[in-house]
Amino acid sequence: MVKVFDCPKSLTDMPTHYCPGCTHGIIHRLIAEVIDELGIADKAVGVAPVGCAVLAYNYFVCDMQEAAHGRAPAVATGIKRVVPEGVVFTYQGDGDLASIGCAEIVHAAARGELITTVFVNNGIYGMTGGQMAPTTLPGDKTSTSPYGRDTKKQGFPIRVSEMLATLDGPAYIARVSVHNVANIVKAKRAIKKAFEYQIAGKGFTLVEVLSTCPTNWGLTPKESLEKVQRDMMPYFPLGDYKDIEAGEKK
Amino acid sequence: MKQRVLMKGNEAIAEAAIRAGCRFFFGYPITPQNELPEYMSRRLPEVGGTFVQAESEVSAINMVYGAAGAGARVMTSSSSPGISLKQEGISYMAGAQLPAVIVNIVRGGPGLGSIQPGQGDYFQSVKGGGHGDYRLVVLAPANLQEAVDLVTEAFDIADLYRNPVLILGDGLLGQMMEPVEFRQSTPRELPAKDWATTGLCNHNGQKNVINSLVLHAIDLEAHNIHLQEKYALIKVAEQKAELLHCDDAELVVVAYGSTARIVKTAIAQLRDQGHRVGLLRPISLWPFPEDAFAKVMPVAKDFLCVEMSAGQMVEDVKLVVNGARPVHFYGRMGGIVPTPNEIATQVLQIMGVK
Amino acid sequence: MAKVTFNEERCKGCELCIHVCPVKIVIMQKKFNKRGFNPAGVSDMSKCIACAACARICPDVVISVDK
Repeated sequence: MVKVFDCPKSLTDMPTHYCPGCTHGIIHRLIAEVIDELGIADKAVGVAPVGCAVLAYNYFVCDMQEAAHGRAPAVATGIKRVVPEGVVFTYQGDGDLASIGCAEIVHAAARGELITTVFVNNGIYGMTGGQMAPTTLPGDKTSTSPYGRDTKKQGFPIRVSEMLATLDGPAYIARVSVHNVANIVKAKRAIKKAFEYQIAGKGFTLVEVLSTCPTNWGLTPKESLEKVQRDMMPYFPLGDYKDIEAGEKK
Repeated sequence: MKQRVLMKGNEAIAEAAIRAGCRFFFGYPITPQNELPEYMSRRLPEVGGTFVQAESEVSAINMVYGAAGAGARVMTSSSSPGISLKQEGISYMAGAQLPAVIVNIVRGGPGLGSIQPGQGDYFQSVKGGGHGDYRLVVLAPANLQEAVDLVTEAFDIADLYRNPVLILGDGLLGQMMEPVEFRQSTPRELPAKDWATTGLCNHNGQKNVINSLVLHAIDLEAHNIHLQEKYALIKVAEQKAELLHCDDAELVVVAYGSTARIVKTAIAQLRDQGHRVGLLRPISLWPFPEDAFAKVMPVAKDFLCVEMSAGQMVEDVKLVVNGARPVHFYGRMGGIVPTPNEIATQVLQIMGVK
Repeated sequence: MAKVTFNEERCKGCELCIHVCPVKIVIMQKKFNKRGFNPAGVSDMSKCIACAACARICPDVVISVDK
């Protein structure tokens, strides 16, 4: 008998606090698998956000720092400048990265900081109880857009991958999804590429992962994955938005 | 070999940091401290260090957090409104027990205020500024040699106690030029930074986490008790003050920083006229130099607190004096620097009223 | 023979694994684990092809797969 699939070594065995069906668990595991496969656990330093993943420092077997809300790219900059041989990554939700942390992510990307950001986009503020996020879709009901997001009063969602891809500092920007197994496999490939580019010193890398929030969406985990495909993907198309090795921008 | 160099305050502070082993600076432009980041941007590459102009003071303090958490000696500087922006990050650093040196070249406030010197940030510096039960060691130089010496010592204090240290200057100190000599501080035995996040390979596979989140009340209380115990040690060991002509002083003027220099001139004038006046100059604003007050209390009949503010340190003077003597206040705001004559007049008024 | 092992105490009953199994052998069990969830399980191990789809979609690393 050969082990075909097992828990990655870089994930602790602590049961997570995430809701049933929350895709944070899948994404954490993909990162841990990549860290294992690249053999970088002893050089990795992760930066946890404020959001549902605030306790991420409990789940990875590597050095971790907890950042203030939105500031992970700045914290990661400080770490990477001090430990340039380290593999530094941030793990951030849509409020953390695209709202309060918008300046930090844009400038870390513009500076071409040799860090990797995994951006978990589920279009809502999970931890604080379901408020509207910068990536909430028009018409979606949240606890601060109870009548549905009205673009006239509450503006439009931000497409982070497209926005950051306009900068020269990033080496790889990709948007992926984890709504089915085929896409989970592609998501892992993108995350691995992002880390590899950091290690090779190519530039800033970011993988935006379309994700779910069954609890605050008011849907079952299965229905939530369907919402990603049906509603989120048309607004946030999947693909590589920047890859300096591939030559041209999308 | 002693070598004295004529330098601008902002630049002298930067050079002192570099000589103390600081190799990382993260900051943002704001008047009147711009020469400090500018100097760092030139000098740090010369010594293999790293300078980053961050996108804001908020980002800068968080870069300091990351770098300090990774075990480096790191500095940031700003002026009043920018220090306000840093308060969240400073609270996080105190909670996560991270060492760093933060420099505030104070200007007029509140709000956008002015670019003139002031002392309106005392409350912010000593009473919190950021949220939660924490303290910063706050050191207030009154001349550039002292600024250089305090910056040098500040890195050791920060590392010894795993706490941020604030150097409270002002626009006068930042902009003036005086001769300074860069010298070593008294060596202290500093613990190894085996808690730093440098990667598992650099600390025997033991996972290091830098964090100020402690969700369970019992654990957070224990953490806060530990912080308070640390602050109690600092209170005993790190008080600094200068006493001038206090042995026979009936009236003791209390002033810090640039104001204290002006007070010294006023006192010299008054002493020439035969008046028994002295100066108690706090150099550590936190811990507040209570021991120095204990020394002057037997002889002093009045205290006069002089500040370039509406009166902030005066509250701590009143706390320490605890009703035993009258505590008077004289202040100028808006960046107006009081003259020695103004201060002398106040002193004579108080002494004459008796 | 292919085999999947479910660490039932880790399962939160999210049911994502049920829908991705190509041979439709993943089911929710009637019993409860210590955390009050109905854990997932397998109805007929002989049909398992060790594709690991269930393991890949599981957010809680409940499943390990052997071949």
